[in-house]
Amino acid sequence: MSAPTDPGIPDAQKSGSVQADRSGTPMVEVRELHKEFGHVHVLKGVDLEVERGSVCVILGPSGSGKSTLLRCMNELEEITGGSVLVDGELMGFRETTDKGSTRLHRLHPRVIAKQRSRIGMVFQRFNLFPHMTALENVMEAPVQVRGDAKSKARARALELLERVGLSDRVDHYPAQLSGGQQQRVAIARALAMDPELMLFDEPTSALDPELVGEVLAVMQDLARSGMTMVVVSHEIGFAREVADKVVFMDDGVIVEEGPPSEVIDAPREARTKDFLSHVL
Amino acid sequence: MNDHHSSPAHVGTGTDPVPNRIHARPVPRPGRLVSAVLVLVLAAMALNGLVTNENFRWDVVWLYLRDVTVVRGVGWTLVLTASSMVLAILLAVTLAIMRRSGNPVMRWTSWFYIWFFRGTPVYTQLVFWGLLAVLYPRLSIGIPFGPEFFVFDTDDYITAFWAAMLGLALNEAAYLAEIVRAGLSSVDPGQAEAAKALGMKDSKILRRVVLPQAMRVIVPPTGNETISMLKTTSLVLAVPFTLELTFVTNAIGNRIFQPIPLLMVAALWYLLITSILMVGQHYIEQYYGRGFGTDRPAGTGGGNGGGRRRRAKNGGGRQAAIAASGTTKEEPFMDVTP
Repeated sequence: MSAPTDPGIPDAQKSGSVQADRSGTPMVEVRELHKEFGHVHVLKGVDLEVERGSVCVILGPSGSGKSTLLRCMNELEEITGGSVLVDGELMGFRETTDKGSTRLHRLHPRVIAKQRSRIGMVFQRFNLFPHMTALENVMEAPVQVRGDAKSKARARALELLERVGLSDRVDHYPAQLSGGQQQRVAIARALAMDPELMLFDEPTSALDPELVGEVLAVMQDLARSGMTMVVVSHEIGFAREVADKVVFMDDGVIVEEGPPSEVIDAPREARTKDFLSHVL
Repeated sequence: MNDHHSSPAHVGTGTDPVPNRIHARPVPRPGRLVSAVLVLVLAAMALNGLVTNENFRWDVVWLYLRDVTVVRGVGWTLVLTASSMVLAILLAVTLAIMRRSGNPVMRWTSWFYIWFFRGTPVYTQLVFWGLLAVLYPRLSIGIPFGPEFFVFDTDDYITAFWAAMLGLALNEAAYLAEIVRAGLSSVDPGQAEAAKALGMKDSKILRRVVLPQAMRVIVPPTGNETISMLKTTSLVLAVPFTLELTFVTNAIGNRIFQPIPLLMVAALWYLLITSILMVGQHYIEQYYGRGFGTDRPAGTGGGNGGGRRRRAKNGGGRQAAIAASGTTKEEPFMDVTP
């Protein structure tokens, strides 16, 4: 409500106005990222850069911390150490300098919500709102978060549902859709906020094998349109074909990263080779 | 027209898709017959005892069933039930949200409230509210521990009706709060997470995403609590509030020295209202419940043929969709109610 008086908010607003100056910086910059759940050290110093308009696929065995890394990028997890910058903006904190030393201040949840609204996320279990139709799911955030007019949000939602090939399913509830269709609605829902970055957390792992293709096709189309994407996935074929960068994680650290032709086809590290021999 | 389903007819015609359909004799169960006869005989005896026993004075029952004072008593009972339930629901939602708050003071306050109001008899609470004016003859609005701006006499404002309604509502809220909490925690956390990722604020997530799904779990037991409340209103004589059904019928019964027929009058009225509420509850449960019979939409996965059902036109469609999506737990009360 009283946004201008909140000390945290101007930062978030500033980011919008000086966006042009940041075209040289990477879309995502992760520095020395640590994450602990209680006493479990899940991420042990991760550094990662994702260029604008590129697709980064994170591979790794379960428990390697790849989903946690993704969830730290939009602050679904509070980070324990290090920093995450999206579009050059520090996520979750505000930095001040006092007598030469820098201090971090946690941002107000409202500001964090605003930061999140510019990052789309797609979940393994779809997490569509079951009490809303496909169309209402896609309209929800533009209307409720951004305050768009219903008519405008509706037109945009129909456009997005057409883009993911679901024009004939707009009035269906999630339970009336197949897994692949649900995941495509979830992608449309995330795109409705016009995000500058899309995060995919194992988007095809919960799907029947014959439904994986339709979701990957939508993602491939999205990558071609220039969207910056970070994808946690086990789809090696997709990574090889679409990724600009492949990151292999194990035990909370990045073991190896590079173009798919290197990491997937000619891995250097023994752990990468071992993992790929199991999934390929 | 079509006697496919009138089973024996089609056996000989050869149209039965199961050529070797089994027609076996059922297992003999003589015990069922014996127990049924026994129960029916007992029921007939009980009914006979009700009808032929002149001490029930059914003529008096019939007369007072339509008595103006009694019908007015029914009205007050309904008003008390409805108003205290509404207040209790509002309070319960607040308490349930406080219980989930990040602020420990809120959590403890809610816990303490539930502990206290569930832990003392409602009768005692009602007596207490009736005596409020004795305890605090004056109420005032002002700065805590400081000056008072408005002062009024408790007796003028907290009348017997308000005391009765408040007493019932405050007690009921403690039970309903647990029901609401069970409902809220039955919703898949992935739902709130997805809403968070879209940039929704906590209050909006609760209102737009979590509560609508929690209703499926909250509403049926709330119907049950309403029926229970209808009969709990008979305790407000503790306040004392003297216009509701039980008190009125008791008073008449004592006056005309016919306590039993008047008890029957009250019982019949409670039964009638409960029956109506049960019909309402049946429809509410059908709307929110998980058994949707043939109208249940297909689950996730599998193909998506062109014949897939369009969204249901009736109101159940939305609730059926929530039920089928499995985002709420099947047995939410298992891990909440002690």
